[in-house]
Amino acid sequence: MKFLTTSALALMMATGAMAAESCATGKTLTDGTLTIATGNPAFFPWVLDDAPEAGKGYEAAVAYAIAGKMGFDSDAVTWTRTSFDQSIQPGAKDFDFNLQQFSITAEREEMVDFSDPYYTSAMAVLTTKSVVENGAEPTIASLKDLVWGAHATTTALPMLNELIQPNTAPLLYGDNVDVTAAMQAGQIDAALFDLPTALYLSAVVLNDGVILGQFPAENTPSPDHFGLLMAEGSALKPCVDEAIAALKADGTLAAIEAEWLQETTGVPVIK
Amino acid sequence: MPSMTRRQAYEARQRRRATLIAAGSTAAVLIALIVLIPLTPGWEAVKHSFFNARVFEKTFPGLLNAFVMDVAIFAWCAPLIAILGLLLAVARDIRNPALYPLKLFSIVYTDVFRGLPVILVIYLIGFGIPGLGLPRPWNSPYIWGSLSLILVYAAYVAEILRSGIESIHTSQRAAALSLGLSSSDTMRFVILPQAIRRVVPANMNMFIALQKDVALLSFIGPVEIFRQAGVYKSLMANFTPYVGAALIFLAITVPATRFADHLMNKQAKARS
Amino acid sequence: MDRLELRNVQKSFGQTQILKGIDLTIEPGQMICLIGASGSGKSTLLRCMNLLEPIDDGAILLDGADISEPDLDPQPIRQRIGMVFQSYNLFPHMTAKENAMLAPRRTKGLSRANLDAPVSELFHRFGLGDRMDHYPDQLSGGQQQRVAIIRALAMKPEIMLFDEITSALDPELVGEVLDVLRALREEGMTMVLATHEMGFARELADKVCFLDQGRICEEGSAAEVLDAPQQERTKAFLSRVL
Repeated sequence: MKFLTTSALALMMATGAMAAESCATGKTLTDGTLTIATGNPAFFPWVLDDAPEAGKGYEAAVAYAIAGKMGFDSDAVTWTRTSFDQSIQPGAKDFDFNLQQFSITAEREEMVDFSDPYYTSAMAVLTTKSVVENGAEPTIASLKDLVWGAHATTTALPMLNELIQPNTAPLLYGDNVDVTAAMQAGQIDAALFDLPTALYLSAVVLNDGVILGQFPAENTPSPDHFGLLMAEGSALKPCVDEAIAALKADGTLAAIEAEWLQETTGVPVIK
Repeated sequence: MPSMTRRQAYEARQRRRATLIAAGSTAAVLIALIVLIPLTPGWEAVKHSFFNARVFEKTFPGLLNAFVMDVAIFAWCAPLIAILGLLLAVARDIRNPALYPLKLFSIVYTDVFRGLPVILVIYLIGFGIPGLGLPRPWNSPYIWGSLSLILVYAAYVAEILRSGIESIHTSQRAAALSLGLSSSDTMRFVILPQAIRRVVPANMNMFIALQKDVALLSFIGPVEIFRQAGVYKSLMANFTPYVGAALIFLAITVPATRFADHLMNKQAKARS
Repeated sequence: MDRLELRNVQKSFGQTQILKGIDLTIEPGQMICLIGASGSGKSTLLRCMNLLEPIDDGAILLDGADISEPDLDPQPIRQRIGMVFQSYNLFPHMTAKENAMLAPRRTKGLSRANLDAPVSELFHRFGLGDRMDHYPDQLSGGQQQRVAIIRALAMKPEIMLFDEITSALDPELVGEVLDVLRALREEGMTMVLATHEMGFARELADKVCFLDQGRICEEGSAAEVLDAPQQERTKAFLSRVL
């Protein structure tokens, strides 16, 4: 929380003198307020207890950090909730930016704007103990033979086809909970998630959940970059990118990651 | 036309006038829509998101491909629904007290399954029963999802058939019984063939609804057209694939609906 | 051939008593006409004789055996007693011939091939040889009613019941149906008719029964009942219909 206090302090000192020159001035939905959207509900470890206002959880913390860099004090941040579909529907957006692990893809870029990435995730294979006992191994050859599931509206599906190319066509679901339900029902063997989500699901949601292995971002041809989603042609994009660049440069982003995202080096790398 | 009577000439004039008025007002509404909608401030954005030619072109073949799955699920569900619906309808008509449990079962069954949203049944059966620990392939979402559709739709079809059975005049039953036919033969050879014919249009509407509800199976895994459209939507952040899916559905359901209406009109005429 | 005996037959629908104790004996080969106003109980009586309606009290004896026993399976009895209805009640989804073959096929286990000759013979005998493969809605009322009679005859019944079978017909079609009855009479078929055709009754009936309010008010030969009625009610009824 220290960075919040410091940035808030810096901001308070700056407000009077620099308000007129802030990059974001006059570009937000409501003057003097930054409206940030996230998922409904928002999940651990991205947002803790579905309460982004508390600034706890990786994305909640990142959101406040970016807001701070853009010249918005934490009191000047308001939260709203959208589904994926709401975030891409045409018409005026009711948020300045939206963060809920949106993967940046060239095709999506044609419809909406993304900030520079604030996180690049490894992809992880979530499965159950019984599948491992039946001989599943963290090798591509072994993974090909599993029956796969994925959350339909994520980039997990193209990733699956790119990284594993399973022998059976994957089954797709509307949300993470349904994916785990299908796994519990034995209808699928494994599912692909970004690593932090996979860690959460295996630890909390799934009985006998196991992370079989991961595909580190650096080994992936088109890794899963998370970006803030904004309206196509948003004037705010340069300010957001600038803030993210600054957070990267001063190590804040890395610090937030260390604070909220689990250590992932223990997860075997898939060969 | 010298052979036209005064009355015919008058009716022909009236018809022509009605056609002109109908064509005129339809044209006026269409023009208003075509001119006015693009003038709305959000039109460009909506067009980009919903009627995007590039996205359409790219996704339509995949959607068609996924629709094969819908047709397949429909194809194996429909006959099973017809059979189960028939059994339920006949059970409902049972008069033999020894078989009363069957009748009671039919009544409770139709009440329960007509009272539940299809999607709820799909979730409960599609995830619930395989969760009991069935081995593959018996835990397949295709099996249990299809079963959910069959259970729900059979309840509706049974009710439609029952209304058909009840619409057959009691004199038909009396005539059959008076000949010495048993009550089961009376049902099988006299009542049911007439009842089934009578409810064909209503059942066709039911099966059109089924073709659409097949999409609900996507909630438990199968990648049919609705889910495929959702995947495209997500990957391209664009709703055009849904429009493509809608067009494919319409291409099947509109002709089917028209055909059902045609049958219904024909029956109404035959009966009057 | 067996005799049919009705003893004190009673029948109510809800609070309304339709038959208030009917005694009637039908001897083999007899033709009996039931006359009376609508609602007098003629139809109900016929339906009771065919066991389509269970009776409340009294008894119906066929060849001395009580067929009104509530536990009795009515199916074999109905196979021996044919019935023809006012509204024909042909099965509209079957051809005339299929209508006639259904019951013998199902109840006597006869095949279509076995039945073809005798059923075709019936159609030819009653002037419908060229209508066997028509559906009911392709036939006139008179033709439909003749098919209905053929359908009942195809079961080779011992007794035939006719429930106002000419009442729904246009007047010019009544004759062709009555001709069929005449032919059956000549063959010695035992018949009970509910009818309004007084001329026909006078011509052929062995016995005429006048029903009034659920009772047989007067019975006797056609000459007795129709030409010299003793009861005031009979007289009043006949003066209205003749």
